[in-house]
Amino acid sequence: MTKIPEQRSETVFDDFKKAYTHDQALVEANRCLFCNDAPCIRACPTGIDIPQFIRKIATDNVKGSARTIFDANILGMSCARVCPVETLCVGDCVYNEMGVPPIQIGKLQRYSTDVAYEKGWRFFEAGPDSGKSVGLVGAGPASLAAAHELRRAGHACTIYDKRDVVGGLNTTGVAPYKMRADRSAAEVQWILDIGGIEVKTGVAIGETTTWDELRRKHDALFVGVGLGADTLMSLPGADLGGIEGAVAFIERFKLQQIPLEGVKQAVVVGGGNTAIDAVRELIGLGVPKVTMVYRGTEAKMSGYTHEWHAAKQEGALGAWQSQPIAFEGAGGKVTGVRCVRMDDHKEPIAGSEHVIAADLVLLAIGQAKLGDLVAGLSGVQIERGRVVVDEHQATGCEGVWAGGDCANGGKEVVNAAAEGKRAALAIDSWLRGK
Amino acid sequence: MVDLTSNCAGIISPNPFWLASAPPANSGGQVQRAFDAGWGGAVWKTLGTPIQNVSSRFGGLNVGDRRAVGFNNIELITDRPLETNFAEIYDTKKKYPKHAIIVSLMVETKEEWKDIIKRSIDAGADGLELNFGCPHGMCERGMGSAVGQEPSVNSEITSWAKEYSTVPVLVKLTPNVSDIVPHGIAAQRGGADGVSLINTIKSIIGVDIDRFVPVPRVGGQSTNGGYCGAAVRPIALHMVGQLARSPHFDLPISGIGGVTNWRDAVEFILLGSTSVQVCTEVMLKGYRIVEDMIEGLSEYMTTHGFETIDDFVGKAVQGYSEWGDLDLNYETVAKIDADACIGCQLCMVACHDGAHQCIHPDPNGTRVPIVDEDECVGCNLCKIVCPVPDCITMAEVDNGFSPGTWNQHVAGQAKLRPKKGAH
Repeated sequence: MTKIPEQRSETVFDDFKKAYTHDQALVEANRCLFCNDAPCIRACPTGIDIPQFIRKIATDNVKGSARTIFDANILGMSCARVCPVETLCVGDCVYNEMGVPPIQIGKLQRYSTDVAYEKGWRFFEAGPDSGKSVGLVGAGPASLAAAHELRRAGHACTIYDKRDVVGGLNTTGVAPYKMRADRSAAEVQWILDIGGIEVKTGVAIGETTTWDELRRKHDALFVGVGLGADTLMSLPGADLGGIEGAVAFIERFKLQQIPLEGVKQAVVVGGGNTAIDAVRELIGLGVPKVTMVYRGTEAKMSGYTHEWHAAKQEGALGAWQSQPIAFEGAGGKVTGVRCVRMDDHKEPIAGSEHVIAADLVLLAIGQAKLGDLVAGLSGVQIERGRVVVDEHQATGCEGVWAGGDCANGGKEVVNAAAEGKRAALAIDSWLRGK
Repeated sequence: MVDLTSNCAGIISPNPFWLASAPPANSGGQVQRAFDAGWGGAVWKTLGTPIQNVSSRFGGLNVGDRRAVGFNNIELITDRPLETNFAEIYDTKKKYPKHAIIVSLMVETKEEWKDIIKRSIDAGADGLELNFGCPHGMCERGMGSAVGQEPSVNSEITSWAKEYSTVPVLVKLTPNVSDIVPHGIAAQRGGADGVSLINTIKSIIGVDIDRFVPVPRVGGQSTNGGYCGAAVRPIALHMVGQLARSPHFDLPISGIGGVTNWRDAVEFILLGSTSVQVCTEVMLKGYRIVEDMIEGLSEYMTTHGFETIDDFVGKAVQGYSEWGDLDLNYETVAKIDADACIGCQLCMVACHDGAHQCIHPDPNGTRVPIVDEDECVGCNLCKIVCPVPDCITMAEVDNGFSPGTWNQHVAGQAKLRPKKGAH
């Protein structure tokens, strides 16, 4: 695994939500009502017993609190930072019903898990060797969660990734004001420290190995390959310099120092969370004017409202109902995005063409689905690019499970963690039945 | 306009709020600031032969993040020279002639009582309070609660005080007894003009679980202290009510114990107090709490049409009876206001784990629980745990039964309704 370099553009970002001090955590923890059958637990894909972990903070049983979190979600440290809690646990806190500020569950979870990391507490040991081995393809959150759970059950694990950066989008894609790459790398190491998980990087299906080879090597497989490259726009001028996929750009500035001094105005095309992230990140990196160009209305954009509000507060501009139709350029470099206004039926309005000046254009209109990559496994079904799985994450191919973005189409880290763990439990029971 | 003037055993103060004999009434400067803030009276910190205190002397009982819900102390009586105290009492009384200064006293011999009473009255005391209550330190020396726990000693010393005093004498009672009534009557027998209660309760406020020693820790040791603060109020209300309703006791009462605001004070007055003393809340928040106490009490009296304190002293005493005289046919059931409910379901888990298993999940899947009124015994637990004020109400049920008490029932004079939730 490659070490995360010290010099990275992302290090200019501070935490958007500041960590709690001990005293702040105590005050907030004591506000929790300790609900019965708590809605926050139901809202958490990994089903963390939130009232219980919060109560343990309140009694200064922080170790027990961290254990409760990690037992449900081994990626609890990163999820505490990156989860859209406003739409999950915090959004369902009963205090919302009372018009009282909801419990800051994410910040409390960060408190407990950070203390656990800082103190070096470890909660789980590998189970007795089962003699079975599981291959996990893709080194992102889904595979990490699965591998850790499989190790608790005693199965040998090998994680494969074609990249030499481990942790998937948690390392390469998370907005740095939520979590920086080195923190994700620390989490990966913390998970791997259970022992018995081999990580093989530089392994690409169809290039350096094949599904059949992996199936022969392992008793079971977990597919957690995530999503592919940014979807680009085949418009006139698309080959101009300064036009780039948003995910690729984010990865570059998270892992390297990138020069942005010349960029005075940037455009991000898209209306999803990656687009909003890119907008906020460009602002944070010092680009004076950043405009989000989206073909729908502000109300219709798929990104989280709370994220867009934060972006607006930071100075983001929005160009709504605007569809790019060409990129303008000079000297091989992009200078603007030619757009047409769309009506409420998403039809172009005649004569509405205009150019939004830009010396950097990021495209955040989606990522390739990697279904085709998995199609080589006989029996695996692919639907709209996603690997089809049942409620236990099993694919149509016996002995192969899948989870994370490649199966759910692109959700949160917490969904990947939940799916990886769910798959691991199913794999374990299947292996024991063999 | 209501009149807040209090006349407790002949001690007149512009309002019924007195500082209790304790650190907030330790010096002239403090008492004068308290009077400026609005306090009607002050019971001067107990005078006697000045003592030496330990350094670490207070402990707080925290519940969750609520600080000092209960409080205890191992501080003793005044540690300042008597001359200084008397000079400051004189100075304060001169500056604040309309405010009540009651001097708390604790000495041993009859001669000492005679001497200190004379000096107190010479300094301008409007009343005396005999400290028969302190449950730590002084009682080991035969004073404080050691006196208060022996009715005959209580009576005798009270009679000495009455012999020498020209101002009203209150006897401060200790709650560290199994029944307060004989002790109030002992003070009455000794000729006391009134009683004040409760003093603090023998307590260990906590244990340092890493150093293996109780708190407050004095080096490697601690000792039991006097417990006070909001958490003792129920005990104090009970003892005040016990005396107020006793047919053999008819002295005025100065109520003490966990008063934090005007509401608490009203409770004490309704159970028979004509003045109310406060210490802990002042120690925690300062003299300025009295502003709200005066306003709140005035508004309360206006709302209820009370013109003077006497109009409602003891007004709740008639409502305090024996269990055997309670109406067993009175029935309530819990009603949950679905609009106010926030879905925490604390009522449901409390009912299931701690009561009668009659609050259930909504079969339609909402978060608002359903009360099975046929099974609900009306115990109030759900209402107590509900975080939303007034979301759960206990509604009276007309079950068709006439009132019937246990005492009537055993006398064959009452028909009782069928028991609920008892299967």
